[in-house]
Amino acid sequence: MGERTIIPFGPQHPVLPEPLHLDLILEDEKVVGAVPSIGFVHRGLEKLVEKRDYHEMMYVIERVCGICSFIHGQGYVQTIEEIMKIEIPDRAKYLRTIWAELSRTHSHLLWLGLMADAYGFESLFMHCWRVRERILDIFEETTGGRVIFSVCKVGGLWKDIDNDTLKRIISELKIIEDELKPLTDVFIKDFSVQKRTRGIGVLTYQEAIDLGAAGPTLRGSGVALDMRKLGYAAYGELDFEPIVEKDGDCYARTLVRIREIYQSLDLIRQCISKIPDGEIEVKVRGNPNGEYLSRIEQARGQVIYYAKANGTKYLDRFRVRTPTFANIAPLLKMLPGSELADVPLLALTIDPCISCTER
Amino acid sequence: MSYLPKSPWLIHYDASSCNGCDIEVLACLTPLYDVERFGVLNIGNPKHADIFVITGSVNEQNKPVIQNLYNQMAEPKVVVAIGACATSGGIFRECYNVQGGIDKVIPVDVYVPGCAARPESIIDGVVKALGVLEEKHKNMTKVAK
Repeated sequence: MGERTIIPFGPQHPVLPEPLHLDLILEDEKVVGAVPSIGFVHRGLEKLVEKRDYHEMMYVIERVCGICSFIHGQGYVQTIEEIMKIEIPDRAKYLRTIWAELSRTHSHLLWLGLMADAYGFESLFMHCWRVRERILDIFEETTGGRVIFSVCKVGGLWKDIDNDTLKRIISELKIIEDELKPLTDVFIKDFSVQKRTRGIGVLTYQEAIDLGAAGPTLRGSGVALDMRKLGYAAYGELDFEPIVEKDGDCYARTLVRIREIYQSLDLIRQCISKIPDGEIEVKVRGNPNGEYLSRIEQARGQVIYYAKANGTKYLDRFRVRTPTFANIAPLLKMLPGSELADVPLLALTIDPCISCTER
Repeated sequence: MSYLPKSPWLIHYDASSCNGCDIEVLACLTPLYDVERFGVLNIGNPKHADIFVITGSVNEQNKPVIQNLYNQMAEPKVVVAIGACATSGGIFRECYNVQGGIDKVIPVDVYVPGCAARPESIIDGVVKALGVLEEKHKNMTKVAK
């Protein structure tokens, strides 16, 4: 047994834009333990429900995380709508699904880029982000924002997408798919990329379940659990199956995300072909009273929203449980036994979103 | 600003931002906006950096980290606060763990507005910072003479 050294990883680290801090315990080059410390991004926004009413709170919740801001907003309004027993029009449901799937695509592309950067493949990182800009352009055209949209509201949506724009989105998706194909081929087939990802950070089926992993980390280990199958928004009327890979290593998790990008593009096409005409909002009267716990699928996995209302316009309690929080335990399982050089890769493979986790 | 004798390198730190501004900072470096063509590099090492790009607001936990990074940077250095949170606390200013903008801890030279700040305005802010950097550099050489 060699001598033990402790190396701090983060909070400011070139590979992650976010402040994740790990104390890595090393024996020579091997990691034997990791101690995470958090709290760098904690803002305490759940407590803001005491100062912002349930309509305004939507804009705060969107800023839980800037990457999947739309899905956070959607989850929050769905929770409030369930408490208030509001049935939103079908068109609004489909539009929410379209934006949510676009968010998932943009988040996965962002992750693929960062992953390529983690093993030093900078041109691949640049290309992934170039394709991602096309999705941000669709966001900007339809909502006005690039990362924070604020189009959801309790009872529906603020903005509609007209049918001409929807048609144009379809042709844009074709371009995105064509540009994406050669990039994803590199992730799947390139020899040196596989050298860095295959067999690294293996999480078995049983470990993934025991540690409560979520999202692509869970599905990469062979567990077919996807909250979209619950059928919220328009997902109940769409045809799709959860994407599963068996190996449980970095390669499998990359593969899950790549296949999910194609699946999302397909889901958007299905939505656009089925979307009905009509209203996009219903009138909301009164205040919520009661409690509800809703689960939806974010790009990183299952996210849980809990709201307790008391009949006034201010909620009693609001709580978010985010997928990265669930995935930190699997990360700590993967780290021991790995090489120090693989740590950034492993930290990225769970797609960490620290600002979600700490809120 | 007409001519700069050196390529400005920047270091980015996420204080307690929601990621929105962070991914926009990264988007500036990628092909659509591509500030690398001006010689601007995102560098992980504070000792190599001239411009400190910082997003999000200050709290007790990240205060020493920000000060530490700032102190490690060599003079002349410029601080750019990006987004509403970094300038004033933004939408989170009433949260119990948010103490306000970055200027509570270190001197800020350029403020970039927006929630999330757009890449165009981030680039604009960095270009303004270059002017400040040049100014500071001039003052330093004056003192040295």
